[in-house]
Amino acid sequence: MRILYFAWLREKIGLGEETLIPPPNVTTPRGLIAWLSARGANYAAGFANEALIRCAVDQEFCALDTPFGAAAEIAFFPPVTGG
Amino acid sequence: MRRITVQEADFDATAELAALSAGAGGIASFIGVVRGNVGGKVLAALRLEHYPGMTEKALERLADAAAVRWALTGCTIIHRIGRLTPGQNIVLVATASQHRAAALEATAYLIDQLKTAAPFWKAEEFADGTQAWVAARESDTNAADAWTEARAENLPPDEGRL
Repeated sequence: MRILYFAWLREKIGLGEETLIPPPNVTTPRGLIAWLSARGANYAAGFANEALIRCAVDQEFCALDTPFGAAAEIAFFPPVTGG
Repeated sequence: MRRITVQEADFDATAELAALSAGAGGIASFIGVVRGNVGGKVLAALRLEHYPGMTEKALERLADAAAVRWALTGCTIIHRIGRLTPGQNIVLVATASQHRAAALEATAYLIDQLKTAAPFWKAEEFADGTQAWVAARESDTNAADAWTEARAENLPPDEGRL
């Protein structure tokens, strides 16, 4: 699974994207956040305030608790600020 | 005519508007530019990043939604990315229609929606050397949501207009 990070989340985690295979019991973006946060202090720092984390599954905005199924790409980022 | 691009290069607003004139009775536009001051601090530059692939899809979807809601003869959305300095263009939204109301409303709708529904992020670089990621504003979310509420009455929102 391709996982992408944007804006300050990318800076805090220290990378823009990576390919990981989460364990089978990780089925939602929120579960993925917990799993990633346990992998290192950089992830824990980036995801510390979940209220500021948004996500997209296969390039569609998605709630953190919606199961991602067989998604190929998940992105985490702060609320968008374009325009 | 529809033209949607995300690019580092500047755009020529005059040429972009001229390209929308075919078949139109009116063209409305919004151009967002980099401010020189933010919260009393002098801004040196704005850095814009986006989610390649998803951004274009999100903008296409917004254009689709506007085309369903208003009778448009054309729609252009150009959003810049990269490092931009005060006074430089950030975004152009322009729509054309037979009559002004549709173009004016569709343009306001698109820029309101773009701010909350397209994956762009801004970081501010200040003249004093500090920098900060721009936080999302509740007023932007309210402005975008107001269109959903207004839809039931088929009226533009009276709050949150740019």
